[in-house]
Amino acid sequence: MKEIIALVALAASLTAAVARWRRAPDWAVATVAAAIVVAVGALSLHGARSALGRLGPTVGFLAALLVLADGCRRAGLFDALGALMAFGSRARPTRLLAMVFLVAAGTTAVLSLDATIVLLTPIVFATAARLTTSPRPHVYACSHLANSASLLLPVSNLTNLLAFAACGVSFTRFASLMALPWLVAIAVEWVVLRRVFTDDLRQAAEAPSEPAQERPRLPALPLTVVGLTLVGFGVSSIVGIAPVWFAAAGAVALTLYRPPSAVAELVSAAEPTFLVFVLALGVVVTAAGNNGLSDVVDSLLPHGQSLPALLAVAVVSAVLANLVNNLPATLIIVAVVSASAPGGVLAMLIGVNVGPNLTYVGSLATLLWRRIVHAHDEDVDLAEFLKLGALTVPVTLIAGTGALWLALQVF
Amino acid sequence: MRVLVWITESSWRSCVDQAADLVPPDAEVTLLHVAASEVERLARHPGPERLGRHRPPPPGPSVREIAESEALALLSAARERLGRDAETVARRGRVEREVLEAADGFDLLVLARDGKPRREPKSIGHYARFIVDHAGCPVLLVWAERPPGLDDMHWPPHLRR
Repeated sequence: MKEIIALVALAASLTAAVARWRRAPDWAVATVAAAIVVAVGALSLHGARSALGRLGPTVGFLAALLVLADGCRRAGLFDALGALMAFGSRARPTRLLAMVFLVAAGTTAVLSLDATIVLLTPIVFATAARLTTSPRPHVYACSHLANSASLLLPVSNLTNLLAFAACGVSFTRFASLMALPWLVAIAVEWVVLRRVFTDDLRQAAEAPSEPAQERPRLPALPLTVVGLTLVGFGVSSIVGIAPVWFAAAGAVALTLYRPPSAVAELVSAAEPTFLVFVLALGVVVTAAGNNGLSDVVDSLLPHGQSLPALLAVAVVSAVLANLVNNLPATLIIVAVVSASAPGGVLAMLIGVNVGPNLTYVGSLATLLWRRIVHAHDEDVDLAEFLKLGALTVPVTLIAGTGALWLALQVF
Repeated sequence: MRVLVWITESSWRSCVDQAADLVPPDAEVTLLHVAASEVERLARHPGPERLGRHRPPPPGPSVREIAESEALALLSAARERLGRDAETVARRGRVEREVLEAADGFDLLVLARDGKPRREPKSIGHYARFIVDHAGCPVLLVWAERPPGLDDMHWPPHLRR
């Protein structure tokens, strides 16, 4: 009975997140679901407390990163990056795409995929439009790189933060193991996007040469703060201070330098309802895991760090991420693969981070829901997105996991 | 005679120049630009939907406003280059459909090839291909840039000498 209640609680939380009911917001449904699993004894109070204790620092880390990225926006970093991309492109579409790749991969790795999605992509769209070139390849590049370029650092993606907490490696070891898979993922995206969007990237023959303009300057302070925060992450294991404190210090520094116009702006940047959702979902997944779900996942996944085992973990993770979205997939799988850390955990990350590029909306569940509810309202060229996903995701999964296996032999 | 000239970012100059040269001086010219709505949608919500997130877009002009103002700027630059009176129409949606609907009732549609700049099957990209195939009026298909001469053409085997 407890098993069924825990699974129903999980299904209800995910359904609420996918359906986005106004009257029953996902964070509220997930919180009620978490309370119910504890009330019926599917998870003991102690178990719930320890799950929250485990997730708390990760969620705090995420909040600090969101505030840090928003501080960079207020300090004009993304507008300046837009000007820099325009300058560096010399009004050539392919050069612009290269600039977009550099900036989007860097932004995703350092400030997380949210910064790329929410803050950088509109700037990239505007930059392409102002250069009178088709924004299509550049916007697709941002969309894809937000996922596939989020492999590098623990801070690049919430899934990485969750895995980082579970796999017990230092920040620098994580980065050194994931550097090669990250580069491989970006290279695959570059080759595929350049080919698929040849027509859009065609140089207009009659375009006048751009008047020489001065090289735009990036704002020094946000760059320095982000740089120092990164250095802090790097030395965190040496000085014995958890990386979350460096993120918090960076967030505070930028908030003091460019205070938001209202406290509400700061709070909204940290996305409190999302943080509550993650915590509540973590409790529900722990309950479902303790009541049989972990055993099922465990039986599906091979153990160890051999190349076939890593490949299987990456593929199963990608499949699960596409079925139910990558956040619950990570919460479900990470508990099982932490036994074969770091290889198994990092292979899972390749699956859950790159996998979502396969379906535009992030999971089959969301896709089906959208198709049913808004049958005619979708503007998105689903065929184009699915084609790009089919061309990039399988190759990246295999090549990226191969690169991870190599890195594990070296480092 | 009513003439519709569909311009795009990559080929608007040559398209307008050739329309100015080839279209009768007394024709009523309308310049059309179509913003691809699916790209706008992707720029607003790029990437897979993140479960549990409801973050509002950052302050500043919306993607739609940027796209609209750039389209208007492009159309007015095109009208100036055309050097004669012309109506301008900015539409947004799926490109092929919007162009075909806009062309309804016109006597001539002018557009540029949007594919490879050589004499080969892919010199017409997928938008222009669809529009040429389905247009209900005569179509004037111009080159965005002069293609190489016949000597450089890659003939298929059955046409080789």
